[in-house]
Parts: sequence; C-alpha cells; structure tokens
Amino acid sequence: MTLSAPIAYSRPEPERGDGSGDPAHSTPPDAPMLTLVDEHGARLHDPDLDPWVADIGPDELADLYRDLVVVRRIDAEATALQRQGELALWPPLAGQEAAQIGSARALAASDFAFSSYREHAVAWVRGVEPADLLAVWRGSAPSGWNPYEHGMAVPQIIIGAQTLHATGYAMGLAWDGADAASIAYFGDGATSEGDVNEALVFAASFDAPVVFFCQNNQWAISEPVGLQSKRPLARRADGFGMPGVRVDGNDVLAVLAVTRQALDRARRGGGPTFIEAVTYRMGPHTTADDPTRYRGDDELAAWRRRDPLARVRALLETSGMDVASLDRDVQAAADRAAADLRHAITTLADPAPMTVFDHVYAEPNSHLERQKARYARYLAMFEDGAR
Amino acid sequence: MTTLTFGKAINEGLRRALADEDRVVLMGEDIGTLGGVFRVTDGLKDEFGAKRVVDTPLSEAGIVGTAVGLAYRGYRPVVEIQFDGFVYPAFDQLVAQVAKLHYRSRGTVKMPLVIRIPFGGGIGAAEHHSESPEAYFAHTAGLRVVACSNPQDAYVMIRQAIASDDPVVFFEPKRRYHQKSEVDLDASLADQPPLGVATVVVPGTDVTLVTYGGLVQTARDAAVAAAEEGVSIEVIDLRSLAPVDYSTIEASVRRTGRLVVAHEAGEQLGLGAELAASLTERCFEYLEAAPVRVTGHDIPYPPAKLERYHLPDLDRILDGVDRALGRPNSLSGDSLSGVEA
Repeated sequence: MTLSAPIAYSRPEPERGDGSGDPAHSTPPDAPMLTLVDEHGARLHDPDLDPWVADIGPDELADLYRDLVVVRRIDAEATALQRQGELALWPPLAGQEAAQIGSARALAASDFAFSSYREHAVAWVRGVEPADLLAVWRGSAPSGWNPYEHGMAVPQIIIGAQTLHATGYAMGLAWDGADAASIAYFGDGATSEGDVNEALVFAASFDAPVVFFCQNNQWAISEPVGLQSKRPLARRADGFGMPGVRVDGNDVLAVLAVTRQALDRARRGGGPTFIEAVTYRMGPHTTADDPTRYRGDDELAAWRRRDPLARVRALLETSGMDVASLDRDVQAAADRAAADLRHAITTLADPAPMTVFDHVYAEPNSHLERQKARYARYLAMFEDGAR
Repeated sequence: MTTLTFGKAINEGLRRALADEDRVVLMGEDIGTLGGVFRVTDGLKDEFGAKRVVDTPLSEAGIVGTAVGLAYRGYRPVVEIQFDGFVYPAFDQLVAQVAKLHYRSRGTVKMPLVIRIPFGGGIGAAEHHSESPEAYFAHTAGLRVVACSNPQDAYVMIRQAIASDDPVVFFEPKRRYHQKSEVDLDASLADQPPLGVATVVVPGTDVTLVTYGGLVQTARDAAVAAAEEGVSIEVIDLRSLAPVDYSTIEASVRRTGRLVVAHEAGEQLGLGAELAASLTERCFEYLEAAPVRVTGHDIPYPPAKLERYHLPDLDRILDGVDRALGRPNSLSGDSLSGVEA
C-alpha cells in the first residue's frame, strides 16, 4: 500500500485579481466526483446512483430547474435590495443552487435541517417565505420562522456550531425510534472548526442518523479550501468512521441521488454520512466582501462554464422538452417571486422598541423585568409631548 | 428525613428527575459506568440505562452542542462538565447557542438544559480543577446561574433546575460533596423556596454577609465566631447568581446598613462587584459604610500548597466584616498609603 503524494493546491497569487483560472486548483484531479449530468448537459450513468433518481423524468427535472432558476432570482433580488439599502447585509448563494436544491429536495417532511447562513435555497424548499428569510438580514427580526413548522432550525452564523445541533437532534431521533434523519449544512471552512470534528465523532459513536452536507464552495471568505485541507474533504470521513461521498455539487441530479442514499442509510440505522458537494460561490462571501481582492476573473469564468442551471437546461433540451416555453414559464415565476419579495420587504414594519426584551427567557426573570419596566418608563417620557 | 452527603443528595435529585420525566437524559464524561469522577451519578446508568445516562466522547463543546440538538428535539438534557476548568471549550455552545436560541427563535425553541459544573477550590487539586467561572455565565443574557450550598438545597435545586424551561448553569461546590446533613427526600417542590430566591441562613442585625456555594458554610462559621465577640452577622445564601434575588438582600441591608460579599472567584468584575453596585443603587441611603468584597485574588488559580492564601476563609471574612463595621482591620490606618494606587 502506498500513500498518495500530497495534493498541491495552488494559493492565490499575491497580486490582486490574479487567479489560476483553473477550477482544478481547488478540485484535486485525483479526487473524482460523482456526476450524473456533466457540464455539457450529458446524462452520465452510474449503476449505484441511478436507482435513487429513477423517478426523475423530464417533468421532474423541469421542476428542479424551476427551483434553481427561482432561487437564483430571489438571491439576485436580495443582493439588489441590499445595494438599495433595504437589507443590512446579504450572503449570496449564486453558484450553489444545485447543491442546496438537490439535497433539500431529498429531505422528507419529518427530517430536520440545521443550516448555516447561506442556505436560502434549502429554506425555499422547506417552504420558508423568502420575505421571512430576508427579515433577518434587514435587521427586523432575530429569526424568520418557527423551526418546527418547516423542519429547519434557525440559521447559524457561528461557523460549524450547527453540526453538533444536527447530531444531537439525530441522537434524539434514534432514541425516539423515529423514521427520520437530520442534515447539517456547512462549508469547507467549517471543516477546520472543532465543533464540526466533534460532531463527526459524536455522530459516528452514537450511529446518529445525520447527514453532514458540506458545500465545498472553494472559498471561506478569502481563504481557499487548500488552507483548510490538504486532502479532498470527503476523505476525512473514513477517519471518523463513516462513508465519505464526493459529489459534483453543481449537478442537481447527482446531489439529489447521493443525499437520498445517505438519508435512507441514516433512517435505516446505518449511521451518518459525510457528503462533500464540490461547488463554487460565484458571488462575494457577503455583500460586504470584495472577491476581486483574492481571486481572478479566469477562475470565475471557468466555474461559469460549470453553471448548475445551464447543464440542467441543456439536458432538458436533449430530452425533447420545449425549453423555450419552459423558460418563459420559469422566468415569469421567478419574476413574480422577486416582485413579491421586494414588496414584502420594503413594506415590512419595524419592530416595536419594547420587543427587544421578548423571549430572552422562557420563564419570568426578575432582573430583566425590572430593566424592561425601567426602559418602558424612559420611553414613556417621549410620548404625549411629555418631552 | 435522611442523612445524605451533598453528592448523594444531587444523585437522589437526578434519580427523581429521571424517574419523573422520560425526556430527561444525563450526558457527560465518565458519568455512566464510573458514576462520575465524584460519583454524583453513581448507579444511575444501571437503573435507567445507557440511553438515559450517556457516557460521551471527551468533548465539552460536543456534549453541550449535542444537548442543544436534543433540546431542539424536545429532550431535557442534564450535562455534566467534569471540572470547572473544563467548561471553556464549551463556551461558544453555552453563551452563543444555549443562551440565545430561545431569543433567536422568538420563543419557539426552548433550551431546558442543565449544565452541572463542580466548582471552586479547597480540595488541593491540580491545575484547572478549582476554578470559579460563574461570572462569565451570570454575565450572559439567556442563562440562569445557580449555586447550591447544602444537601437539602442540592436535592431540591437540581430538580427545580431540570424543571425549568430556561437553561440553568448549576454550580456544585466540590469541596462540600462529602458534607452530610438531613435531606427531606419526600419534600414537594411546591413547598420549597423557588430556584430564584436567596435565603437567610443565619439571621443577624449588624452586618449582611452574602455568599454562595462552598463559602456558605464558612460564612456560617464566621457568624458563630463573630457572635462570640458580640457581632451579629446575617448570612444570606445567594443561591441564584443570575438573576439575583435583590429583594431579600435589600431588605437585609436596610436593616443592617452594612454589606459584605464573599466569593472564591476573583474580585474584578465578579459577582461581588455587581452586588455592591446594585445594592448601593437600591439602598444607598441605608448604607452606613461602603460595601466590602472578600474574594479570591485576581490571579490564575494557584498551586494546591498556596490555595489557602488565595481562598477567602473564616478569618478573611471576619476581617471584611470588621471593615464594614469600621472596626480595626487589615486596612486600618495609613500603613498602606503609597502602596494602594
């Protein structure tokens, strides 16, 4: 047995905007990805994965395409709203639509998702109103939805912390004998966090029905994935005692297949799976970020050729579908969603001042009640012309 | 009434909670087969099984973080942090996750966790085994913080903490684990002082002495010693460090006009600072002297052979009482002038 040579990840050039232009620099060539639809829209066959998407015919594929287009439009609208001052910040998902739609579509209603802050498409699939999602980024609410109504926890900003929550939730599912699983969404940067590694240990030790869904989007703000790992991330799984799957994260069909497979394994008591979905963050980390400081146009162009939407569209064309008609239909749906979102956000009332004290505790708390009463008196001074 | 050690009283409280509510699970390092390094969970795994009393991998963030997920799922996890100094790896999960999730989820997700932490010194332990980290958690909105001081309270308070829908950081003074006293195991929780109240454990008239955890017994001893000199100390066991039951302390200070706060934790920004400030605000006109703090030094916890020079003991507490009373004390006169900045 021989150990493979270390994989040489290139680092960003010191000069501004000078990237390698080759997506392979962050996608090691010796680490094949599971793919069912290649970047030209050709349907590849995989005897292990094909059964997991046997139900996906042209109509179902068109439905996935609709989701991909709509969430990209919502994401673009949110970015525009931020630029126009309606949101404080926005972390765009552009480029990661297939990874999120494919994996979220694999979830059953009884499953539970724990996400980071970029899983807007997962929230979309889980039935969250986009305006509820954006209210948080507008600064109008600490969270947008009741997790139990959507089977999706409040998003997590602290990198990787939610992977432990997903693991604990899954331990509870197993102890309850529930026919369900949890899924933890996190990024390539998060794999360096202690919490993620501890979650992998706990999940393996307790055979927890959890799927670790890592979107390797190549960049943790300005740090390339090569700074987090010298090996493809999926390879780490073996050391923790679970299968690791490396999938083309821009291939919605392959992502759907591997996530269904992993969820099924989890629900059957087979334990956790680590999925590395290889994808790319086409936009900035957030609207406050400037990616031209750390990566080049060539790299972005290379990844644009692997656009997750284009390849589905190409496949639909070869399937004989009237794609022009579908596009009109889908674009109209996307425009409607964006218009609805814009209307909801720009007419959203600011929360009342005293709600700042709401829900700190579940039970009465003498200290906070005193502080609240005093602040109410203070605010009252400004009413009725008292001051 | 049954005579129990402090540790056994908590054990009985945990047993009752496990028996009464099947969503209660215990998690921690060595708590199952071994029964905990202090044997507080002794016998519980045998009685309730490995899914109710869970030996976890060695990861404090992992323990607390998975407990968060279990709480999401409707469980009521009671986690043990093996020693006070081991809680720091779980700090993010405690202050950024456990403390905030009810607020962040607008009240839809409850976090009824109990985080049990053996705390404080006095047992000649190794580094990181004698700390008093309570102020970090008392400072954190969303957490309740309590410290018990005797077997009866320990038995009742652990059950109350588990019953609370808010997360409770539960400090157990490890140097008192082997102390024995009477415990009423049949006590109804409804008849017991609520979790959030302070209790007057020694009534007195000259000075109010507030403390918690392992120093409550020391304060009781100080009250006995002071009485021999004709000084009447009212000892209050704070019990709840966040929120603080100011009404009980305020009533006492209004009568005595003098306040001494004692704790093992360092002075700077400790509970004593908060109590001194808050009680000065609340009963300034009743105070006849500045509030006095008797605390550990602001140093890393020292080696075992030095801990008695760090921890407040009976004599240092009495010296603090003398300061509050204006009697001759270690700071009397001007011998320190030029030393104190």
